[in-house]
Amino acid sequence: MAKKIKVALAGKPNSGKSSLFNQLTGLNQKIGNFPGITVDKRTGTCSLSDQTLAEIIDLPGTYSLYPRTLDEKIVAEVFADQKGTYYPDAVVLVADATNLKNCMLLLTQLMDLRLPTVLALNMMDLAAQSGQSIDIQELSVTLDVPVVMINARTGQGIQDLKKVLAGTLTPSSKPIFQIEPEIQSAVSKVKSRFILKTDYEAYQYLQQTDNLHFLTATDREFIKQVAQSEKFFPHKYQGAETVTRYGFIQDLLNKVTLKTLDPGWKKRSYRIDKVLTHKIWGYLIFLAILFLIFQSIFAWAQIPMDFIDSSFAALSNYLDAVFPEGPFFDLITQGIIPGIGGIVIFIPQIAILFACISILEESGYMARVVFLMDKIMRKFGLSGKSVVPLISGMACAIPAIMATRTIENWKDRLITIFVTPLMSCSARLPVFTILVALIIPENKLFGFFNYQGLVLMALYLLGFIAALLSAWVLQAIVKAKEPSYLIMEMPTYRRPRWANVGLTLVEKTKSFVFEAGKVILAISVILWVLASYGPPETMRNAEAVVRQLAPAGTSESELEDRIAAYKLEHSYAGIIGKGMEPVIAPLGYDWKIGIALVTSFAAREVFVSTIATIYSLGSTEDQTTIKAKLESEVNPETGTPRYTTAVGLSLLVFYTFAMQCMSTLAVVKRETKGWKWPMIQLIYMTVLAYVSAFIIYQSLS
Amino acid sequence: MEAQRSVADMKPGDSAIISGFLDENISVKLLEMGFLPGTAVRFNFTAPLGDPVCVSVSGYDLSLRLQEASTISILS
Repeated sequence: MAKKIKVALAGKPNSGKSSLFNQLTGLNQKIGNFPGITVDKRTGTCSLSDQTLAEIIDLPGTYSLYPRTLDEKIVAEVFADQKGTYYPDAVVLVADATNLKNCMLLLTQLMDLRLPTVLALNMMDLAAQSGQSIDIQELSVTLDVPVVMINARTGQGIQDLKKVLAGTLTPSSKPIFQIEPEIQSAVSKVKSRFILKTDYEAYQYLQQTDNLHFLTATDREFIKQVAQSEKFFPHKYQGAETVTRYGFIQDLLNKVTLKTLDPGWKKRSYRIDKVLTHKIWGYLIFLAILFLIFQSIFAWAQIPMDFIDSSFAALSNYLDAVFPEGPFFDLITQGIIPGIGGIVIFIPQIAILFACISILEESGYMARVVFLMDKIMRKFGLSGKSVVPLISGMACAIPAIMATRTIENWKDRLITIFVTPLMSCSARLPVFTILVALIIPENKLFGFFNYQGLVLMALYLLGFIAALLSAWVLQAIVKAKEPSYLIMEMPTYRRPRWANVGLTLVEKTKSFVFEAGKVILAISVILWVLASYGPPETMRNAEAVVRQLAPAGTSESELEDRIAAYKLEHSYAGIIGKGMEPVIAPLGYDWKIGIALVTSFAAREVFVSTIATIYSLGSTEDQTTIKAKLESEVNPETGTPRYTTAVGLSLLVFYTFAMQCMSTLAVVKRETKGWKWPMIQLIYMTVLAYVSAFIIYQSLS
Repeated sequence: MEAQRSVADMKPGDSAIISGFLDENISVKLLEMGFLPGTAVRFNFTAPLGDPVCVSVSGYDLSLRLQEASTISILS
């Protein structure tokens, strides 16, 4: 029987931790959540030797046990909870050999927690290029920690690392940090109450009482009382601790490293920075990169999306033909399959977006984007780190909101989460295209700019401006819990490792499909029920009524379309739509648009398919057909076309601003830990959409 | 007496020695990132709009806002 051990990977960001994780686990990895908190947990299995199997846990990149962002809290939690599910049997500390100094802080803390640790020195090739040599033997002896040289990009040294992990690992016998005498009694009290191995663990309990979720409320109360009575001030001792540790590290490095002072190998990076953070070139290049990303999201993703769309429609039709009649089979062909299709169709765009972002991150460029944009974003109450979520928001708000976790400051993060859904996501695009095609003439301005294209761009800009202005308003209202800061490493530029890009893409897309997918699917099914069922009496008579009213000679397929439309009108969704009419009439909408509004509350892209059903187009979602139908739709009160420019623009503005996405609300609830913010967001965006659409319609008609 | 100089007062290309911190809240973060009293800090360049700035300390490059830079006092 092989024995199974748990191995945690720790280290600072950009140290090559993810590359090592990928090297160790390959495709045997999965993402889950740490129970109770919403931090992605990457785990995978790896066979260390014939007898030993390891479960590898990849922890978020941190410089020390003290967290700066939400994600990082998990690190202290995993290492301080001896009874926890993830408490490792061994830790691999991945260090960037070109910059050992700030990799060692966490290592010395792990040593004080007496965790069996291996130091994996990565990027030795770069260190050698920089004229630096490290005395591995001396390093290992002084620390009493095994040291392995690896190259996480090429896989060199991975076998050595596995061998060390498969052998017997013992904690280092060298204590680094001594608890100050004046807090010894506080530490001892906590240590004896929780029966801890080391003083340092007890010290961590005192330092991070609120970050350690495994502690119960009474435990925390106890620790806080001890801290108070023994005068334990977390900040004061944390500063002193860091200085002591760095003192030790500096002495150690003086002993084991030999280096020439010339940072010549960084010159290339500095030269690139001269261009990429240049006053003019910097912004132009950033814009060009953005343009390229959008080009790929919107143009290149179209081909697979069309394919997915037609495949799902075909599957639905095929099953409809083979299945017997009955509500259960209808649910499958009209509720579940289109529901799944509605999720799958976004995969190309989301995958491309994640690929682009991951390339930018791997190369080190993302840090420069933050650097370039921070001052501008701060004027609006955001941070440089809000740029990535906002850009991602143009594909889909769900991954964008999850990407805000890298923002340290709670207020900056909250504002970013709040305004991201105002960025026009790809789900709005089908709605925009059809309405723009309907109301905007195809003429060209100066014979060059296509009017429709200009309006489409204006809608994206409108969303962006609304996001910035809302952020600006919000910064005045929300109270900051702590001062905002931006202390971020500027990594050296390097070529992205494609395997990492590929794996990130697969993982993120998977987590989108399963996280957002659940909600989208559930809502599609509920909507299907609402739209297909109504008061039983009316529904039963639907067919007879339609057949009676239809003029003689109406074709059978036309009749079927009319029956479908009649059923929708009298379904529960239709009843809701009619009930809404008084509220939405001032915006220029009738009950039919009302139904579309109700259904698009779940997900806005449903607008097109709902409209198709209401105007009885059967299953066609062909845009030209829908356009022709909409054009000929007449307002019964005035006898003029229903979709005037005023109505069209009012709808466009409504869709730009309205929060019509259940999955986004669900994610915001998860990320802000409560219903307060998603509810405020929902109300704010709905009011904004309503008022803007009202103004547009009333001033134009 | 000359006013206390901080990293925020430095010009691109300048080097100085860190002498201490003026804001205790932020100092623990700065310490962790390698801003240690007694070590050298080099001011590399500023962002196009003058803020944030890029500095080298303890052998690597960091970006920080002028506001944070102004809490790191220096000897020069």
